[in-house]
Amino acid sequence: MRAPSLLMLLAASAFAGACGGKAAPETPAPEATPAPAPPAPTPVDDSADRDRLERERIAREAAERARAVAADLAAMINFDYDQAVVRPADQATLDRKAVILVANPGVKIKISGHADERGSDEYNLALGNRRAAAAKRYLAGKGVDGSRVEVVSYGEERPLNPGSDESAYAQNRRDEFEVTAGGDNLTAPQ
Amino acid sequence: MKRFFFLLLPMFAAAGTLAAQDTTRVDQGVRVGVDYRPGVRPGLVVLPGPGLDSVRAIVGRDLDYTDRFEMVTVADASSGPATGRGAAEGGGGVNYALYKTLGAEFAVELAESAGGLTVRLHDLNAGRVRNQQTLGIPSSTASDFRLEVHRLSDEIARWASGVAGAAASRLLFVSGGRVYRADSDGEAITPATPAGQTALSPVWSPDGQRIAYTQLGEGRGAVLVQALSSGATFAVPGSQTALNITPTFAPDGRTLAFAHSDERGTDIYTANVIDRCCAQRLTVGRYADNLSPTFSPDGRRIAFISTRAGPPQLYVMAADGTDQELLAPFDFGATGSSNAPEWSPDGASVVFHREVTGSPQIFLVDVGARRVRQLTSSGRNEDPTWAPDGRHVAFISDRSGRRQIWIVDIETGRVRQLATPGAARLPSWSRRLGRTTVVPNP
Repeated sequence: MRAPSLLMLLAASAFAGACGGKAAPETPAPEATPAPAPPAPTPVDDSADRDRLERERIAREAAERARAVAADLAAMINFDYDQAVVRPADQATLDRKAVILVANPGVKIKISGHADERGSDEYNLALGNRRAAAAKRYLAGKGVDGSRVEVVSYGEERPLNPGSDESAYAQNRRDEFEVTAGGDNLTAPQ
Repeated sequence: MKRFFFLLLPMFAAAGTLAAQDTTRVDQGVRVGVDYRPGVRPGLVVLPGPGLDSVRAIVGRDLDYTDRFEMVTVADASSGPATGRGAAEGGGGVNYALYKTLGAEFAVELAESAGGLTVRLHDLNAGRVRNQQTLGIPSSTASDFRLEVHRLSDEIARWASGVAGAAASRLLFVSGGRVYRADSDGEAITPATPAGQTALSPVWSPDGQRIAYTQLGEGRGAVLVQALSSGATFAVPGSQTALNITPTFAPDGRTLAFAHSDERGTDIYTANVIDRCCAQRLTVGRYADNLSPTFSPDGRRIAFISTRAGPPQLYVMAADGTDQELLAPFDFGATGSSNAPEWSPDGASVVFHREVTGSPQIFLVDVGARRVRQLTSSGRNEDPTWAPDGRHVAFISDRSGRRQIWIVDIETGRVRQLATPGAARLPSWSRRLGRTTVVPNP
C-alpha cells in the first residue's frame, strides 16, 4: 500500500509542475526558439484541465473588468469649501459612472454627501445633502433615472481623514458612491 | 415624595422695590468687536452656619452664577449669626457691621428650623431682614433635591435684585452621540438617550417635560420627541423619510418646526406633536437650504438660516412661512457664514454664530434695530443657547483645548465653563423648570 501511494504522489506533483509552467504567463517562450519537445505522455488526458484553466482565465478577466467598473462606480468626488457644485475635474468621474449606470440598468446606487469639520455641525448635514443631490442631478442629466439613485448625508459625522488640516478637510469634503442593488455581474460599457 | 411648601413671612411692608442692578440698556449705534458694561453689583454674603452645607454650597454658587452680585466669602470660623433667635425683627445676631466692612449689602442666612429650612435675606444697609421664608426641603438624596435648592436660589436672587435667577433649569447637550442633561451649575449630568446611537440637536419643550432631537441613522434620520419621565419616543410626522434636522418647539408646546433634507434641498416644516399630525411645509428652497428654525416667544415669527443668497445667513418669516426677509445684515462676499440661531426669551434679540476669519463667534442681532453685536472672540465659539433669564448664553467653545460648554453673561462678559466629562456639542438650555406636574403622555 505504501509504495503505490508514494508513486502516485510523485507523478501528481510532476504533472502539477508541468501544468504550472504552461499556465504561467510571466515567462513566455520567445517566438524564435524551437518548440520544446512534447511532454512525455501521461496516463491522464489534460484537455479538461486546459478548459478549466481557460474558463478560469476568462472568469478572472471578467472579474477584473467588473472590479474596474465597480471602482469607477465607487470613485469619490470632492468639493470646495462650503460648496456643493460639481467641480470640472470631477465631471469625468461622474461621466464614467453615468455610462456604467446606463449600461447596467439593474444597478442602484446610494450617494452620501460629507463635509469637513469646519462650519456648523447642523448646517453640514444640509451641505452634505446638497452635495449628494448635486451629483444625483448631474447623473440624471446624463440619462440616469432618479429612482435608481438614493441621496443621504452624514455631514461632518464620518470624516475620511480625522486630521484638522487643509489636506484632511479637502479629503473629507466629498461624495461617496455605494452600489445598493445589481452590483454582481457588472457589464463594462462599450 | 415630600411636598414643597412656602411659608411667606413678610417682616415689613416692602420699603419700595429694590432697584435691580439692571445693566440691560445698551448704547445705540453699531457695535464693533466685543463690548461689555460691567455695571455695579451689590456685595452679597452667604452666612456660614451649622449644617446645611450642601444647600449653602449650591445657593452660594447659584447666586454667584446670576452675575448680579459681588460674592463676599467668609471663613466658617468668623462670626456667624447667633443661634436660637426666632423670627425676631432686625438683624438678630448677625454682625451687620462686620459684613458691611467686607463689602456686603446683603447677607443670606440659612438655618434649619422646625418647618424644615428657614431662609432670611438681610439688608445690611437698612439693618433689617428684608425677606424670610420657611420651607420644607427634600432630603439631600431625593431626586428633586438639587432642583428645589436651585428654585430657592432663584427666589433669593429675586428678593435681592428684583430679577429671579435661572438656576432651576437644565441644559441638554450631545456627547459621543448621546444626549445628556445637566443642572445649570453643571452638576447631576445624566444620559437622556440610549448609548450606541447618533443623536443630534436636542431641544427642550417649553414645559421641560419632553425633548426632541434628530436620530441619525445611515445618512438619514427622523426627529424624535421623547417624554423625559417615561423615555417613550415617537417620530414627528413628516420626518419619517430622508434626513430631518434642527427641531425646535413653538412656545405653545404643540407645534414643532424642523428642517427636512432630501434631493430637492433642505426646507422647514412644522408638525403638530400633540395630535401627531399635520406636517406643513413653510419654505421652498429649490435646491437652497432652509434650516435651524427658532420661534419668537409670542410664537408669531420664526428666525431661520437660508443659503438663498449663497452662504448661510439669518432670515426671519411669519410662523406660516410668509413675509420672509433678511434678519441679520451681511456684506456679500465679506461677512462669514451665520448659523444656529436661537430667539431670546424676551423676544428682543436672536443669538447665533457667525464665521469671523475662519472661526465661528457668538453674535446677537437686535430684532428691532437689526444691529449686530459680537459676544466672543477667543477660540471657536458656536451653537449658542439662551438661559431662561435672557442674560446668559451657553455655547460650545474649544478655548480650553476641546469642545466644552461655556456660559457668558452678556452684560458683564464674564464667562464660566460647564465642565463635562467628554467633548460636548449642540447645547440647549431649558426654561425655568416648574415642579413636576402630571402631563398626559401624548
